[in-house]
Amino acid sequence: MIEVNEKIAVDHGLKKEEYKKICELLKRNPNLTELGIFSAMWNEHCSYKSSKKHLKKLNTKGKKVIQGPGENAGVIDIGDDDAIVFKIESHNHPSFIEPYQGAATGVGGILRDVFTMGARPIANLNSIHFGSPSNKKTKSLLRGVVQGIGGYGNCIGVPTIAGQTCFDESYNGNILVNAMTLGLVKKDKIFYSKAAGLNKPVIYVGSKTGRDGIHGASMASAKFDDKIEEKKPTVQVGDPFTEKLLLEACLELMRDDSIIAIQDMGAAGLTSSSVEMASKGKLGIELHLDKVPCREENMSPYEIMLSESQERMLIVLENGKEKKAKEIFDKWNLDFSVIGKTTNSKNIELYFDKNKVANIPIDLLSEEAPEYDRKWKKSKLPQKIKFTKKDFKNLKITDVLKKILASPNVCSKEWIWEQYDHTVMGDTIQKPGGDAGVVRVHGSGKAVAATVDSSASYCYAHPLSGGKQIVCETWRNLICVGADPIAITNCLNFGNPEKAENMGEFVECVEGLNEASKYLNFPVVSGNVSFYNETKDKGIKPTPTIGGVGLIKNYKDMITMNLKEIGNIILVVGKTEGHLDQSIFAKEILNEKKGPPPEINLFNEKNNGETILRLIKDKLLRSVHDVSLGGIITGIAKMCIKGKKGLNFYKFKGVIDKFEYFFSEDQGRYIIEVEKEHLEKVKKLLENNSNHYDLIGEVIEDNISINDEPTLSVDKLSEFNKDWLIKYMIN
Amino acid sequence: MKSSVIIFPGSNCDRDMDVALKKFGFKNKMVWHNDNVIPKSDLVVLPGGFSYGDYLRCGSIAAKSNIINSVIEFANKGGLVIGICNGFQILIETGLVTGALLRNKYLKFICKNIFVKANKTQNKYFNKIKKDILELHIAHNDGNYFCSKDDLKSMQDNDQIAVRYCDSNGEISEKSNPNGSIQNIAGVFNKKKNILGMMPHPERVIDNCLSSNDGSHFFKNLLTNMK
Repeated sequence: MIEVNEKIAVDHGLKKEEYKKICELLKRNPNLTELGIFSAMWNEHCSYKSSKKHLKKLNTKGKKVIQGPGENAGVIDIGDDDAIVFKIESHNHPSFIEPYQGAATGVGGILRDVFTMGARPIANLNSIHFGSPSNKKTKSLLRGVVQGIGGYGNCIGVPTIAGQTCFDESYNGNILVNAMTLGLVKKDKIFYSKAAGLNKPVIYVGSKTGRDGIHGASMASAKFDDKIEEKKPTVQVGDPFTEKLLLEACLELMRDDSIIAIQDMGAAGLTSSSVEMASKGKLGIELHLDKVPCREENMSPYEIMLSESQERMLIVLENGKEKKAKEIFDKWNLDFSVIGKTTNSKNIELYFDKNKVANIPIDLLSEEAPEYDRKWKKSKLPQKIKFTKKDFKNLKITDVLKKILASPNVCSKEWIWEQYDHTVMGDTIQKPGGDAGVVRVHGSGKAVAATVDSSASYCYAHPLSGGKQIVCETWRNLICVGADPIAITNCLNFGNPEKAENMGEFVECVEGLNEASKYLNFPVVSGNVSFYNETKDKGIKPTPTIGGVGLIKNYKDMITMNLKEIGNIILVVGKTEGHLDQSIFAKEILNEKKGPPPEINLFNEKNNGETILRLIKDKLLRSVHDVSLGGIITGIAKMCIKGKKGLNFYKFKGVIDKFEYFFSEDQGRYIIEVEKEHLEKVKKLLENNSNHYDLIGEVIEDNISINDEPTLSVDKLSEFNKDWLIKYMIN
Repeated sequence: MKSSVIIFPGSNCDRDMDVALKKFGFKNKMVWHNDNVIPKSDLVVLPGGFSYGDYLRCGSIAAKSNIINSVIEFANKGGLVIGICNGFQILIETGLVTGALLRNKYLKFICKNIFVKANKTQNKYFNKIKKDILELHIAHNDGNYFCSKDDLKSMQDNDQIAVRYCDSNGEISEKSNPNGSIQNIAGVFNKKKNILGMMPHPERVIDNCLSSNDGSHFFKNLLTNMK
């Protein structure tokens, strides 16, 4: 075996001082297998060494939280002994190198995290970010990622119910693929990854181990350079068919109490799964690597420990349950092998053909893993841009609206989500394209709503405000479908933590999201950090992606954004101050990219949201949509397009300019549709609760008519909205 | 009425079909692909999904599975057999219905509501159905139906075209064809019309809160015709 030295350690992504620490802790030099294990466990992806200090501050507790961060996924209580297991995870680097497999295995990985806990997956979501549409790689990356997400999710038979697609040049060399899964489980049937008991058999199930994905976790913690194509062999290859079998087999085994602990083999494969289970149980673990089912010949212990082959699980079983468990995996045609046992050594001991090939105290891999207090730089709030009437002089609201509706970040993403099976399992009651996806809790009267959001431009302009904003937007999106927001999962995509600026973005975004999460009582129950999203030393915009989950107690109370009926009145709830900085209007139309993001007033946010929810529950609203990108007019146009109805705007009589009124992206606002007979009641409720509102128009047929501007046909707007992406992908 | 839904490894609409059949009054049983015999049934359903991962060719491995001989035997005796989506692909691979299902015209998976016009003549599936333009749902990658000119003519002569894609007014045109199927064909019968293979999923549209409720017409009508 090769003798390990500092250079080899550095080639494994370890710092010189980290290697020194390993030698000191072990009181000897590690061998190559051991070095591989250290490098996998000590890298950023597995150890959270740069982020841990800040993540500890997160608001993770709440009355409905059954399991917070630290397990395979978070778990929340939705009543009647039902629980929802959910988590979001990134698969950014692999997806840039090999978009189909990268995205597919991203979906596969997050599905496994959820069913490992005993839950049947009931919904998938995704948030994907690409470079500028004019970048020559964007189109093929987008096509590959969409096919990969669809290829995996469609085959396994879990509906993809919502998502988000963004374009920005900062992702030109580093796209983001974040996948989220929700699963349903009975509260007393949740499975955890903490091993317990001595001499319990450790079982390997699922696919065979190959040489794919070796050092995937290390790649996820490296920055990209010109030689990135050489990393292709480290991308894992997915097989959704095997995953479907693994899902069914695991759920079948979970019906009784054979399993003590279970953990999927995700990043760093067999290494991290075995170390984590033992570490949580404060036990040792002994593995015989020659018993691991391999699909390639002559695989070394080093390769077996670091392979990231997909669709594999590690289980600690009760003694005597091996035969029955094997029968289940045989039935589903999956490999099953007893590869080791739990021990009291507190070490991970690896054998190959009876030779001991590695022996490391587990603590050194987990608790002793490095933790850094990285330097970080505080961001200043940029100066507000002073827009004047002159800036809007030659513009017409209708022309601007058309442009915004056809802009890459606002246009309809139907071309994408039509390629995802969003109806399998027969419980999807709100499909993609709305404010949140909604699925019924099978066989009950309840439904679960889920959404995934990010707003990198806001976070880039001012991380603290951006972090707050994105949690609020997630909250709002759940309220818009009539759901009580319960908890969130976060996927924190950032640049290089070794740079004070990038680290500052991380620290302040986390601070912002934590502040909003506390105020709204919207705890974080799971998540993942993805650092080193940079190419040739240029980082992406800070992109925390937030996945939110809420409950609708009676699914018949669910509401959509489609305008419903002619004659109904449209109101905007929440105050429009006219904040244009960082809006789509400022960036795309006025070409002004500076200025602060909209301010967040958490009191108003909460107050407005709670009132809207109450109005929905009192059945006083016919449709609801939040005001986000593109402002009021864009929001209304989307409601018109979806409902195939028009709107006649009342004469504009605001104190601010009409461009500011229509296109500003002030936060905490909702557009609601109210029947005339309920109008007084709604107004009174809003007044009593101190919610600001404006009456802005009435639902009519076919056209949008704004004062003295030319009338717009909703059909035409719908075309503008849909065509951009289709044309972009076809040409 | 008794029904059986076959589960192949990789089936993923088996539960949805079970839910739908039971909702409309069938006594349904799930049957494992490795079994040799189907329990006593009035109806056998091959559900959607990705049987055996759809490796080799969609439906081809399922068409050689253990249970399939007993399905063929049941069908040859005149038993009612439905194949939905992947089930349709399996029926084609067994030769129980004619034709081939190619990749969709634009090479994309398509998941959306579509309309179909049903053939109501002399078959248990659509005869006397209250609506003959049904809003159903498709979700497939390989649903582009194709057959030879001779086969098409003989199927037309024998009224074997079961459902065709149309618009909400029943107009059958290129525009209402989601996947490039020849003659907008969404589903076909065998000669005796006891076997129905179709791409659209009636089991996904059986409630007003879902994307359509027209699947209910299909199941209710079938049950009535079977009695």
